[in-house]
Amino acid sequence: MELAFTKEELAFRDEVRAFIDANLPARIRDKLRDGRHLSKEEIVEWTRILHKKGWSVPKWPVEYGGCDWTPIQQYIFSEELAAAPAPEPLPFGYSMVGPVIYTFGNEAQKKRFLPRIADLSDWWCQGFSEPGAGSDLASLKTRAVREGDHYVVNGQKTWTTLAQHADWIFCLVRTDPEAKKQLGISFLLIDMKTPGITVRPIQTIDGGHEINEVFFDDVRVPAENLVGEENRGWDYAKFLLSNERVGIARVGASKARIRRIKELAALERIGEGRVIDDPRFRAKLTEVEIELKALEMTQLRVLASEARNGKGKPNPASSVLKIKGSEIQQAVTELLMDVVGPYALPRAPQEDGWNEPPVGPDWADAVAPSYFNTRKVSIYGGSNEIQKNIIAKAILGL
Amino acid sequence: MDFDLNEEQRLLKESVDRLLLDRYDFEARKRHMSGPEGWSPEIWESFAELGLLALPFSEEDGGFGGGGAEAMLVMESFGRALVVEPYFATVILGGGLMARAASAEQRARVLPGVIEGRTRLAFAHSERQSRYDLADVRATAVRDGEGWKLNGDKTLVLHGDCAQQLIVSARVAGGPRDEGGVGLFLVAADAPGLSRRGYATQDGMRAAEVALRDVRAEALGDPEGAMPIIRQVADEAVAALCAEAVGAMERAHELTIEYLKTRQQFGVHIGAFQALQHRGAEMFVALEQARSMAMLAAMMSRDPDPVERSRAVSGAKVQVDRSGRFIGQSAIQLHGGVGMTMEYAVGHYFKRLSMIEKTFGDIDHHLRLVSEAGGMAL
Ligand SMILES: Cc1cc2nc3c(=O)[nH]c(=O)nc-3n(C[C@H](O)[C@H](O)[C@H](O)COP(=O)(O)OP(=O)(O)OC[C@H]3O[C@@H](n4cnc5c(N)ncnc54)[C@H](O)[C@@H]3O)c2cc1C
Repeated sequence: MELAFTKEELAFRDEVRAFIDANLPARIRDKLRDGRHLSKEEIVEWTRILHKKGWSVPKWPVEYGGCDWTPIQQYIFSEELAAAPAPEPLPFGYSMVGPVIYTFGNEAQKKRFLPRIADLSDWWCQGFSEPGAGSDLASLKTRAVREGDHYVVNGQKTWTTLAQHADWIFCLVRTDPEAKKQLGISFLLIDMKTPGITVRPIQTIDGGHEINEVFFDDVRVPAENLVGEENRGWDYAKFLLSNERVGIARVGASKARIRRIKELAALERIGEGRVIDDPRFRAKLTEVEIELKALEMTQLRVLASEARNGKGKPNPASSVLKIKGSEIQQAVTELLMDVVGPYALPRAPQEDGWNEPPVGPDWADAVAPSYFNTRKVSIYGGSNEIQKNIIAKAILGL
Repeated sequence: MDFDLNEEQRLLKESVDRLLLDRYDFEARKRHMSGPEGWSPEIWESFAELGLLALPFSEEDGGFGGGGAEAMLVMESFGRALVVEPYFATVILGGGLMARAASAEQRARVLPGVIEGRTRLAFAHSERQSRYDLADVRATAVRDGEGWKLNGDKTLVLHGDCAQQLIVSARVAGGPRDEGGVGLFLVAADAPGLSRRGYATQDGMRAAEVALRDVRAEALGDPEGAMPIIRQVADEAVAALCAEAVGAMERAHELTIEYLKTRQQFGVHIGAFQALQHRGAEMFVALEQARSMAMLAAMMSRDPDPVERSRAVSGAKVQVDRSGRFIGQSAIQLHGGVGMTMEYAVGHYFKRLSMIEKTFGDIDHHLRLVSEAGGMAL
């Protein structure tokens, strides 16, 4: 048992921290600190900065641009990004389709797609969920029919995050409607510019536009864009979903939010005192901090066992990280609602060019939208109910 | 003990519900909100025709003499439909203050317009530093001949942008948070020196920032002794919000249960999963607890003993806000992705419940008040 980082790890942390300090645009940092959304340009800008340094896809194999870091170094890196706060790498290319391509794709696909993910020349989105296939993803209906050297795709995806910016979408499609649910699914890479694709925005309850419906109407996809074997897509999808293990706890992001809450709670006043001095508020904040510390330790234990045993099969412990991580992210937004108090009410229009002075403190307008928006974290990526089912089955044997 | 409605109350509830059923479904609400005011003047007219705008006023003032129970019935129905018209601002707050603070002459001058739907009122009370402390009033009023001159800035004035008459609290004497020395003043919204900036709120309602620079005003009642009335009306307001929240929770719960019965995953209705059945049941328990406390608040909100009145009302706000949080969050969760969308109703209930929680004192604030009062005195 040893809690402290080694000297080398500490030196690494300092190097990462110094790099972020010197290179992260203040505008991007401030937006993230206040819980605001970044534009596509801002995300690309930051990814390019990391790319130039060779840090845009650190966990990939070195031959595709990865960093050959230990799991602890990876962890330190993402903690430092979250603490800054700096944008974490866009997951759709980096954590999702990238590893699928370098693990199951052919050489041509690796050459074609991986470098363009690394510098974000291609923006990817994830086309898994459908109106009728959410938690029960394997019931998906989008059809792909082989015609010569093309697949013809018809159907609909939904909840597709940031599809409005995307150059490419990776999709689960049904190629064998006769086979048992999971066995007739393939993994297709589709150029968003292909005729027959329509993207329709879905507005979320916070007023933002981050999700979309994507419709496919006789979309012709070259057969060379099939990843791996036909009808093996479910295996690749399971690999993809289990690949993100540690990041989902978002410990670093919650830590950064808590630091920010403390700053703001020291500015807002209740009567003669400050919000931060209110014993009830302090107790609630401290409770969340303790939960977060416990989660960090749990995360480090998972990491350490991975470092020792190598990445193995999907680890049901990731369900623990997902459940607690999402609950804490949500608890943190509730604490901020408590800090902002009545100034949660005004709604500043999202449009650019809005230049009226803020109502109340200038950070207040992002607080309620962020509280609303963060309800999503216990829904997506396998809802918390589904995570509990996994624990009950896979760990408890029930 | 009698928790049943009497004949008149039953008729009142039926007529409100019928109006909302006919003209205030979720799609109609969107249309009502899309107008220039952010709410519907036609619906407001219907409220006047139904007598809802006359509800709390005495019969000699042209009203119906309704009390806490009547306000509760109306607000609960409004909560179910997520009504965005300025009823709370005009009738509960403005009307409550006028009824209790204004002279007979002032009431005769203002209330007929309110009752007929021509005049809207708003209560300009909160200030940047005051948070939920009702006595923290720093806007000032000084004598100016027959009348008064007001200076200061008011914030988060609910529906303050569409009101023709503002009731402004201001300090005539005493330190910034003293109980004594605060008065209520009636000001026309177009009075020289008064400026307003209106904006939307997160739940689709409206509010305004109000700046007062040497604004001439008339006092409503004792210019140094308004705090007891402000506290009384604030308690009535909290009771009304509790009722509205119960209506919103009830509807959010219904929508969720309907969804559990229709949404199919894994070849079954998701309501077949026991985890979701239990969540639905817990929401029901939370709803019933909230309903009970909203009734307590309604019945106690006009109690002559201010200590017992506030104890009950603050206790209710804590319970209702807690239930509202749980039910609102659960409703979204059980809808999955659909719950996150603006297109679908359930998220709007969640948002309104979240904003009610932050209006006239949040959970921590009311918990503090009840604790300081020695608990619920069981
Ligand atoms: C903001 C956001 C972004 C998203 N981005 C993407 C994206 O980019 N790409 C993509 O493919 N998808 C995306 N999703 C979709 C997401 O993965 C699904 O919402 C999720 O899988 C849940 O599916 P559903 O919404 O259909 O809910 P449902 O599956 O219908 O679930 C409804 C409720 O039932 C519960 N439930 C379902 N089955 C069970 C069970 N067996 N036992 C107990 N409870 C159960 C759920 O937990 C939930 O509470 C996104 C979703 C959101 C909200």
